[in-house]
Amino acid sequence: MPRETIYEAKIEYLQILDEDGNLDKKLAKGSLSDEQVLELYEQMWIYRQFDEIAFKLQRSGRMGTYPQNKGQEANAAGSALAMVRGTDWVVPSYRENLAMHMHGMPYHHILMHWMGDERGNMIPDGVKMLPLSVPIGTHMLHAAGIGWAMKIRGEEAAAITYFGDGATSEGDFHGAMNFASVMQAPVIFFCQNNHWAISVPTDQQMNSQTVAQKALAYDMPTIRVDGNDIFAVYLAVKEARERAVSGGGPSFIEGLTYRLGDHTTADDARRYRDADEVEAWAEKDPLIRTRKYLVSKDLWDDEKQELLGERATKIVGEIVKAAEGVREPATAEFFDSMFAELPRDLAEQRDSMRTSSIGINPGQVGLSAQPERV
Amino acid sequence: MAKLTLVQAINQALDHEMTRDERVVILGEDVGPNGGVFRVTDGLAAKHGNHRVQNTPLDESGIIGAAIGLAVAGMRPIAELQFEGFMGPAYDQIVNHAARYRNRTRGTITVPLTIRVPVGGGIHAPELHSDSPEAIYTHSPGLKVVMPCTPYDAKGLLLSAIRDPDPVIFFEPKRVYRSFREEVPEEDYTIPIGEAKVISDGDDLTVVTWGASVFECLEAIDNLPDDVSIELIDLRTIDPIDIDCIAQSVQKTGRCVVVHEAPRTAGLGAEISALVQEHCFLHLEAPVQRVTGFDTVMPYYKLELEYLPDAERIGKGIAECLAY
Repeated sequence: MPRETIYEAKIEYLQILDEDGNLDKKLAKGSLSDEQVLELYEQMWIYRQFDEIAFKLQRSGRMGTYPQNKGQEANAAGSALAMVRGTDWVVPSYRENLAMHMHGMPYHHILMHWMGDERGNMIPDGVKMLPLSVPIGTHMLHAAGIGWAMKIRGEEAAAITYFGDGATSEGDFHGAMNFASVMQAPVIFFCQNNHWAISVPTDQQMNSQTVAQKALAYDMPTIRVDGNDIFAVYLAVKEARERAVSGGGPSFIEGLTYRLGDHTTADDARRYRDADEVEAWAEKDPLIRTRKYLVSKDLWDDEKQELLGERATKIVGEIVKAAEGVREPATAEFFDSMFAELPRDLAEQRDSMRTSSIGINPGQVGLSAQPERV
Repeated sequence: MAKLTLVQAINQALDHEMTRDERVVILGEDVGPNGGVFRVTDGLAAKHGNHRVQNTPLDESGIIGAAIGLAVAGMRPIAELQFEGFMGPAYDQIVNHAARYRNRTRGTITVPLTIRVPVGGGIHAPELHSDSPEAIYTHSPGLKVVMPCTPYDAKGLLLSAIRDPDPVIFFEPKRVYRSFREEVPEEDYTIPIGEAKVISDGDDLTVVTWGASVFECLEAIDNLPDDVSIELIDLRTIDPIDIDCIAQSVQKTGRCVVVHEAPRTAGLGAEISALVQEHCFLHLEAPVQRVTGFDTVMPYYKLELEYLPDAERIGKGIAECLAY
């Protein structure tokens, strides 16, 4: 009778660009070109300004609760560049605004969303994306279904879905992983492990050494990468996408990063985490190391940085202007998109802006035939 | 014309639509070669392929969540949940995602999804296999809720549901699955979602019901004295409700009894009572009566027939309303 090991697994960790801006040239093979690094640096830098301004908009009462993405830009940027815009689907959570932007969601839509306006969730024509998902860990199933649809139709495309470390405690996370695995759907599960789910640190969230190992249960290729390293993130997603579109099924990527800001503007992270920890991670900031790398390659200097700063200020200013300048939504809008065709009762509620009954059947009580709009 | 049971009529509708529209896929537990626990999908996997009649992992939330993904990506999924008692895990996907995507994206993401669910009691089933949760989903904006009780209506309404651009919950009263046959045309026909049906005309009182209760009501009406004339309405669609049909009838009869299997409190009987008093106040001769399940947990099968409104209780409700 055997009693023997029948399954063994290892988890790879990949870092190509360290926090001092040193690149491992061997590992970087197949990763980013200089041109792409420049593009991503600029994208990340502009995003950071956007994120800061969004924070200030909330603080000055011009916007509602907002979850800053600060510190997690490399996960968003590196992964977005590795996917094909307009072909692949993006199923986001709410801390990858930059990935949404790079796949065609206008920045001012993202501000409009947090300004309390569903029009910010409108997906432009030709963009393959679901709106950001507020409930935690339940949207990844939609990516599994989208990937499955791609497989049924034989499309050369994949879906990427983002979520945090906390989301991997939800049942639907496991449901989505299982569905995608059983269907061998072309889906990339990208976990932004930013160490904190509001105030709960990862070690209270799970007793697993890595998040990446959760994919082993679904026989899914899995890797942990330095999520502040655009080279590692890009390469891992690129490989996962190649696998997905060539029939290799889903993959899992854990991008190890850190939430430098509060959970949202309604949160104060000083209540539950040490300044030392935040400081240590601030030094691993993806923007700093990417700039160091570019400077070391003579691709960047202070003058370029100054120009980028000016450009970012202008771009973000225009984004805010676009978001704040959008016409006020009409009241009817929250009715109109309930169904393709509005049922009569809902149309009556919309037209009368009332749900009280007298007047609904005016023939009975001799009221005016047309309910008055209030 | 072939005489079919409810199960056969639904099977025919599924087959028809899968043949007509290659975007249609069925997914659910055991729906493949086994044909589902009630055999509603019998033979469909063999005919259309296992990839279009897909067995899924045992995960109700996963089934609906994945079906939402299929739908937003351009497919026409039909998800089967085995029993209404297992809708709980899928509640979040149904109510917070399927029902909301169109609205929260202002029409740019849509979910043309049909969710088929056997519903209701009376078949001596295990625990949690006999509930009637239609009011829960009617109370949730963004969904349509349908519950036909005849083979003819089931086929026509299912074809409407599958072709609907929005999510539809299609409840199938399991007590009626094989209880009788009727003629069902083989060709394509639809019954519009949102239209009730007057099953029998009458002048003295209106009975509003749906699902398996329709047949209990028919029996109750049959037991009444010959000089009592009852109008029986089968809602067929619960949401959006056909208030015109109900109001027209109650304005004529002046009396109304609502019958459903689900518990009374905050149930659809309450909603229909409110609508009737709004639309028919000056016509009413008596308070609207509700004959419903009790506000208890649905009992296991030894006592389920005590719980479900039967012809006797319905008859009493009608008699009291007439005598008021």
